[in-house]
Amino acid sequence: MKGFLTKRNGILLVLIIALLLPFIVPNEYVLHVMALVCIWSISVYGINIFTGFTGNLSLAHIGFFAIGAYTLGILTVKADWNFWLALLAAGVLSIVLGILVGLISLRTSGHFFTIFTMCVGYIIYLVIDKWDTLTGGVRGLIGIPNPSRIGPITFDSLTSHYYLLLCFLILTIFITKRIVSSLLGRTFIAIRNSEELAQTIGISTKKNRLLSFVISCFFAAFAGALYASFVRFIGPEVGAIFLGFEMLIYLVIGGLGTLTGPVIGTILIVTLTQSLQFLQEYKMLIFGPILLLIVIFYPQGIAGAINKLTNKWKAKRTKDNKVKEQQTTIKEVG
Amino acid sequence: MSQLKFKITDMSVNYGPFTALQGINIDVKQSELVVLLGANGAGKSTIFRAISGLNKPSKGEIKFSEKKVNGMSPDKLVKLGIVQCAEGRKLFPEMTISENLRMGGFVHRKNKKELKTMMEHVYELFPILKDKKDDHAGSMSGGQQQMLAIGRALMSRPKLLMLDEPSLGLAPLIVKQMFEIIQRINKEGTTILLAEQNASAALKIADRGYVIENGQIVVTGSSDQLLNNEEIRKAYIGA
Repeated sequence: MKGFLTKRNGILLVLIIALLLPFIVPNEYVLHVMALVCIWSISVYGINIFTGFTGNLSLAHIGFFAIGAYTLGILTVKADWNFWLALLAAGVLSIVLGILVGLISLRTSGHFFTIFTMCVGYIIYLVIDKWDTLTGGVRGLIGIPNPSRIGPITFDSLTSHYYLLLCFLILTIFITKRIVSSLLGRTFIAIRNSEELAQTIGISTKKNRLLSFVISCFFAAFAGALYASFVRFIGPEVGAIFLGFEMLIYLVIGGLGTLTGPVIGTILIVTLTQSLQFLQEYKMLIFGPILLLIVIFYPQGIAGAINKLTNKWKAKRTKDNKVKEQQTTIKEVG
Repeated sequence: MSQLKFKITDMSVNYGPFTALQGINIDVKQSELVVLLGANGAGKSTIFRAISGLNKPSKGEIKFSEKKVNGMSPDKLVKLGIVQCAEGRKLFPEMTISENLRMGGFVHRKNKKELKTMMEHVYELFPILKDKKDDHAGSMSGGQQQMLAIGRALMSRPKLLMLDEPSLGLAPLIVKQMFEIIQRINKEGTTILLAEQNASAALKIADRGYVIENGQIVVTGSSDQLLNNEEIRKAYIGA
């Protein structure tokens, strides 16, 4: 019992389930939803870097998701670029735009920053919606190709596409873990803790907030680009603010500033949404209270609650062990 | 060695329409321990905030080793060696003690060897921090948190260390220890500017002092002069 329930085994189990999923699921639809979960999760990990770890809320995130989607869409459909090249271009563009937007918007902070970025997000949405000749306007872009083949591997079937997205998700989680456990991650956490305190120990909060913002934008655009090639049709609504809020909800429910939160929250909410489809818009009657309860009782989300419980359990076990040890020593002495 | 090191000339700080500090003149020489005395709200913390770049003075000049430093951003000032240990023992509660210390050495993050030596030095000053180095900073007692805050500030190898009320809310015995350690840090060569309400304890270890009231400096002198000043005895020492 003690050796089995370790963190590593848990991760391994989840990984095995994820890998076997295409053979377990009853129909293609479920696999399709799980592939979407991978894409959303990557984007939510982006929000997590900036909001969860650095403690700033940007509402332009969904705008960058749309930028990624449209960059890939336009480059592959209109300019006939190779998918991988277009994916790279989407990433690079998001970094450049992220720096520009960040340089201006990060001059503000707190609520003003959030409002500012909401405006940026809406402007991006409007540009996509109105710039007919480039983006196709409300008609959107149709016929975005699947990822092109790498040597013998093709991504034309749903299963192979799912595996590709799963790989990217695992890579994202791995990168996040590396960032968080490095000095850079602790720098972000220090800024979240108190910007002023971070400054007084010599951290340039300007530079590090910008870096965190750009990393977050990159993840968003990357996820957006993957989304475009997965659903193969995009319209301006990929940049709609409500979608941004939805991702934020995934993160809040999963756990802000945790490593597993984004993926837990996304799986849970997406599955719940799908299974409550029959309720139509009344499903919000179920979501609202759940969200409220979690925010009130588990501000660290589900991942945070799990961490808390396991810590408590561990603490109790070491205490029990100590008591046992004492009892045995007493017996021996006696 | 006693070249003039740090000098504030005619500094004023405003919070909006409200004048918090007016015409402040302070100078601190190499290796001195200078204390700022004053009641709550007199303006001690505001002086520190202005020095460390968190508030911009509306008037006046701050010079550090003949270099004008007002208007510089806080992180650049830390790189220069002006380091503040904030009031209220602000720590990073989710990080362990050793992580907190490592964050304190942020400006020297490229120099791993120096960080290690500094860390050893801090552990030597505060052995309790070494014993608990893997505990979370949030789980410590008030005195230990204060030690960690000072230790963290030391990690950046300050030339001028500003300590804002290190005795605040600590038990008398701990206060005594704290002042002994501050004195030791000073003897090892770090110039210290100390803000305190605990005048008798602070003046015992300080070379000189400034008394601040309502945002202005009202009396200044050597520690002995201040200790023997009748009004100060009445106002701050109560004997």
